[in-house]
Amino acid sequence: MKKTVCDLTVTSNIQLNHDNYLLRLHADKKLGKIIPGQFVNILVPGSPGTFLRRPFSVFDVNYDENTLSVLVKTVGGGTHKLSLLEINQRVNAIFPLGNGFSLPQKQEKILLVGGGVGIAPMMIMAKESKEIGADVHILLGAQSRRDHILIDQFSELGSVYITTDDGSLGTKGFVTHHPVLNNNEGFNRVYCCGPDPMMKAVAKISKSHGTECEVSLENTMACGFGVCLCCVTKTKSGNKCVCTEGPVFNVKDLSWQI
Amino acid sequence: MADLKVKIHNLELKNPVMTASGTFGNGTEFDDFIDVNQLGAILCKGTTLHNREGNDYPRMAETPSGMLNAVGLQNKGVDYFIEHIYPEISKYSTHVIINVNGSSIEEYVSLAERINELENIPAIELNISCPNVKEGGMAFGTNLKMAEQVTREVRKAYNKTLIVKLSPNVTCISDIARAVEAQGADSISLINTFLGMAINIETQRPVLSTITGGLSGPAIKPIALRMVWQVAQAVKVPVIGMGGIMNAADAIEFFLAGATAVQIGTANFIDPTVTLKIIEGINSYLDKYNISSINDIVGKLQM
Ligand SMILES: Cc1cc2nc3c(=O)[nH]c(=O)nc-3n(C[C@H](O)[C@H](O)[C@H](O)COP(=O)(O)OP(=O)(O)OC[C@H]3O[C@@H](n4cnc5c(N)ncnc54)[C@H](O)[C@@H]3O)c2cc1C
Ligand SMILES: Cc1cc2nc3c(=O)[nH]c(=O)nc-3n(C[C@H](O)[C@H](O)[C@H](O)COP(=O)(O)O)c2cc1C
Ligand code: FES
Repeated sequence: MKKTVCDLTVTSNIQLNHDNYLLRLHADKKLGKIIPGQFVNILVPGSPGTFLRRPFSVFDVNYDENTLSVLVKTVGGGTHKLSLLEINQRVNAIFPLGNGFSLPQKQEKILLVGGGVGIAPMMIMAKESKEIGADVHILLGAQSRRDHILIDQFSELGSVYITTDDGSLGTKGFVTHHPVLNNNEGFNRVYCCGPDPMMKAVAKISKSHGTECEVSLENTMACGFGVCLCCVTKTKSGNKCVCTEGPVFNVKDLSWQI
Repeated sequence: MADLKVKIHNLELKNPVMTASGTFGNGTEFDDFIDVNQLGAILCKGTTLHNREGNDYPRMAETPSGMLNAVGLQNKGVDYFIEHIYPEISKYSTHVIINVNGSSIEEYVSLAERINELENIPAIELNISCPNVKEGGMAFGTNLKMAEQVTREVRKAYNKTLIVKLSPNVTCISDIARAVEAQGADSISLINTFLGMAINIETQRPVLSTITGGLSGPAIKPIALRMVWQVAQAVKVPVIGMGGIMNAADAIEFFLAGATAVQIGTANFIDPTVTLKIIEGINSYLDKYNISSINDIVGKLQM
């Protein structure tokens, strides 16, 4: 759909654990198609200390109800304020932004890897990939049991694998320690979103298996629609804006030393 | 409906609201949000003779009521501009102005010569004030002799409307303004960003890859306004004011201080439709006070 800037109405704000909130937002105008991996740039209301908008991956879209949701992890002033939003409050948003993941073909075997709040774009990605008829596998990593959220919802969309840094749930260690990633299991493609070191490690393993890997970057942004040139990442064809030419990149295009 | 038309030298603007270079892309990025043709003029992002990759990431730090940037004039160079961007922006009926940058006088001049040939570009803004490039840039804007020299040489090579954009990182901005006016500037725009910095106390490192960067946004507005007021008194050519303008009230302050037109920068990031709201707001203000033309408030600060 065309990019738009408009007010959205909060229809629910659910606290999922100590620092994650699922915000559902209703649009007055009919939502156009949003591609998994695209994001919204939200103007945080009533937070004078938050000068610029804050970007969030689209977590899910319900075209029948005309809502989109975002998963917010509270890390600072802006996200804290968003966590306090109440039903019927309005927030201004620019969306849909960025390029999105390349969707799998029917019967392709794919692995979605999400670390921390990087699981956000994987929900809509898993949902649409399942609808296409892909064989969806989802690897979720977090520090500890209490940081894992939405495992049941993901389980409805594919086979779920879990890691925790402290071993309190699933396999102990980082996502890169999990056999589903390490044993070359014949995935057609790996999709990954999470902290940079994690994405690099996942990309490295995928490369060694000869598997295509797409990552979603989270560079800090001022505008979100390609005019400030603040969000760049180095690619093999020069600096590119993460907000317009990403946030999703095929790792082979990035200048990562892996 | 008040008369919003203003004149910047030979250039007639349907209203006094332009966009600030580096904050509006080449205009087309805003097509989804607004009808760009409703603006008085648009300023394309900073262009150089050759391709520039710009500075390393991180290039941005949010600061109280503003932001620091260290983009470093990333652009693909004038040949690319002429071949790919110029045909696309020629569709606009509003004025498209190019922000011209160089690291030597020769570069500024060559670039101005190339742009002089472009039929649909009625003006250039000579940026002698970029704080984010190692060579040239702000050096031209902070040294009176260099500011004079670059304006003089570009003036010889360029025969359409020449706007010179000043740096606020100087001790006496009116001196620089008078100097570039004397060398043939048709208009003066100000201000570019203030040199600033931010430190991440957790890593104890600078936030920006370049350590220092340019501060913009409402944080700089009072200083920008003061400088516009000083320059407007020092020169006869029209002054274009900018720095932290977020709404029509801010813009009106700049007109009263002596700006004939304004540029909107950082505000575009927060609301891509803000420029049109500002035009509307200026119109309502004039109607409310029964002022028939915007020109009737330019420099009309009551004392
Ligand atoms: C394309 C994109 C998609 C994103 N999707 C999500 C999402 O779905 N859910 C979610 O919770 N967050 C997401 N983020 C990150 C989110 O935008 C930041 O957490 C948010 O901007 C922080 O705002 P704040 O005011 O709460 O924090 P601030 O007070 O601004 O900062 C608090 C701390 O967070 C760090 N921080 C701020 N912005 C970022 C960033 N972009 N990346 C890494 N660290 C940052 C700061 O350095 C600081 O240490 C995404 C970012 C991008 C660029
Ligand atoms: C991200 C960014 C990039 C900029 N790039 C340029 C540029 O290429 N050339 C230029 O003359 N000014 C550039 N500027 C300065 C603006 O045009 C303007 O002078 C300044 O930001 C003050 O106005 P504001 O507070 O309304 O943003 C840039 C500013 C920002 C924030
Ligand atoms: S955030 Fe402004 S260009 Fe990407």
